[in-house]
Amino acid sequence: MREFRDAARVQALIQKIAPLADELAAAFGRPIQIMEVCGGHTHAIFRYGFAQLLPHSIEFIHGPGCPVCVLPVKVIDEAIAISAKADTILTTFGDPMRVPGTSQSLLQAKAHGADIRVVYSPLDALTIATKNPHKQVVFLAIGFDTTMPSTALTLTTAKAQGINNFSVLCHHIRLMPTLEALLAGGDIQLDGFIGPGHVSMVIGTDAYQPVAKVHHKPLVVAGFEPVDFLLALYQLLIQLKEGRCETENAYARVVNHRGNLTALAAMDSVFDYGEDCQWRGLGWVENSGVRIKPDFSAFDASKHFSPSAEPGIQQEPCYCQQVLKGQRKPNQCPLFAKHCKPEHPLGALMVSSEGACAAYYQYLPDKETGIHG
Amino acid sequence: MCLGVPAQIVEIVDPEQALAIGQSGGIQRQFSLALIQSQGLDLKSLIGTWVIVHVGFAMAVIDEAQALDDLALLASMQEEADDA
Repeated sequence: MREFRDAARVQALIQKIAPLADELAAAFGRPIQIMEVCGGHTHAIFRYGFAQLLPHSIEFIHGPGCPVCVLPVKVIDEAIAISAKADTILTTFGDPMRVPGTSQSLLQAKAHGADIRVVYSPLDALTIATKNPHKQVVFLAIGFDTTMPSTALTLTTAKAQGINNFSVLCHHIRLMPTLEALLAGGDIQLDGFIGPGHVSMVIGTDAYQPVAKVHHKPLVVAGFEPVDFLLALYQLLIQLKEGRCETENAYARVVNHRGNLTALAAMDSVFDYGEDCQWRGLGWVENSGVRIKPDFSAFDASKHFSPSAEPGIQQEPCYCQQVLKGQRKPNQCPLFAKHCKPEHPLGALMVSSEGACAAYYQYLPDKETGIHG
Repeated sequence: MCLGVPAQIVEIVDPEQALAIGQSGGIQRQFSLALIQSQGLDLKSLIGTWVIVHVGFAMAVIDEAQALDDLALLASMQEEADDA
């Protein structure tokens, strides 16, 4: 992997990219606007200093690809309500623990005595269930298509092993319907996409055909090392220069055009698609949600616990939506770094390290004081 | 949170459950190979293979030949940049 972090290679790519971007921006009469869909790429842009190394003729619009950032308040409230029930253990990944709910986060609920445990894998949640046969163990499942196969396989294993004290509160979301909704909305100006590397290893590059064919935007899938990202950016600029609009793969050592067929089959056997789903900041996104199939309803926590249908109260500032859609930079929000900080987030984009606001806070120091993160 | 971590498979610990131990950045961790397993494949043949691991599951095998091709392409671009 070291080769994909090599400084000389990074430098060579930047030397290729900079004049090309300047030339395109001059032709367009404005900076080139590229959306990196994935929160991991947003983080990489700042971590590796691309925001400073690349010319101002390229502007990155940070996409909605951080599932933690778009988790609605209602989901946190539901999970906390479940964790408050007797003899119940709520498990989830570390990422959603600090997301603000209506009155508290999962971390605060845990501090107040709820049995909430962070797991590395849904399989670990299943192990907790087998070790605690007299308790109900619920796994709050979040994440894009990358994470869905692991939940699917865990549910298949639970069913095969007849584990009857395990269930999943399913709040997975799918990437492609989200991209399509974003493009159909028409209120974002952008020239092309850097595609998410690890969602793509599951769904394959063929899944992005509508982006190029229907919405006429080029997309290049990128890995997460600095050289991977810059190579994808270079390929994207070449497409713009040549007036092409295609789906390309700059992460072919991991991603193929069909995706992981075993993972897709596991998803298809457990989940039904086509659910409209509420996103924090974006509202309802058509078709982006998934539901556990009736065959697995014994493992569907929403059936067992009948979580309240009451919508959670969105307390976050209205600026979050503009940042999520790329209409405002995080540091153009009047609350940024003053009232909204990683240790006291008002909006979810400041909660996750992959959120655009958290990345700005950590890596872009305040112009006057020189400090932030 | 969609990030995966590259790991090299060092041991198959439970062939029935497709569980392996892999090494990543000096840390050893157990993960499932169920999502990269194909019918009739002897899991032991995967020892030494690099994979991308996400939330306890190997999700993709890293294609070393493709990685070398990418590096060769980058090397040629670097030469062009040096010549410029």
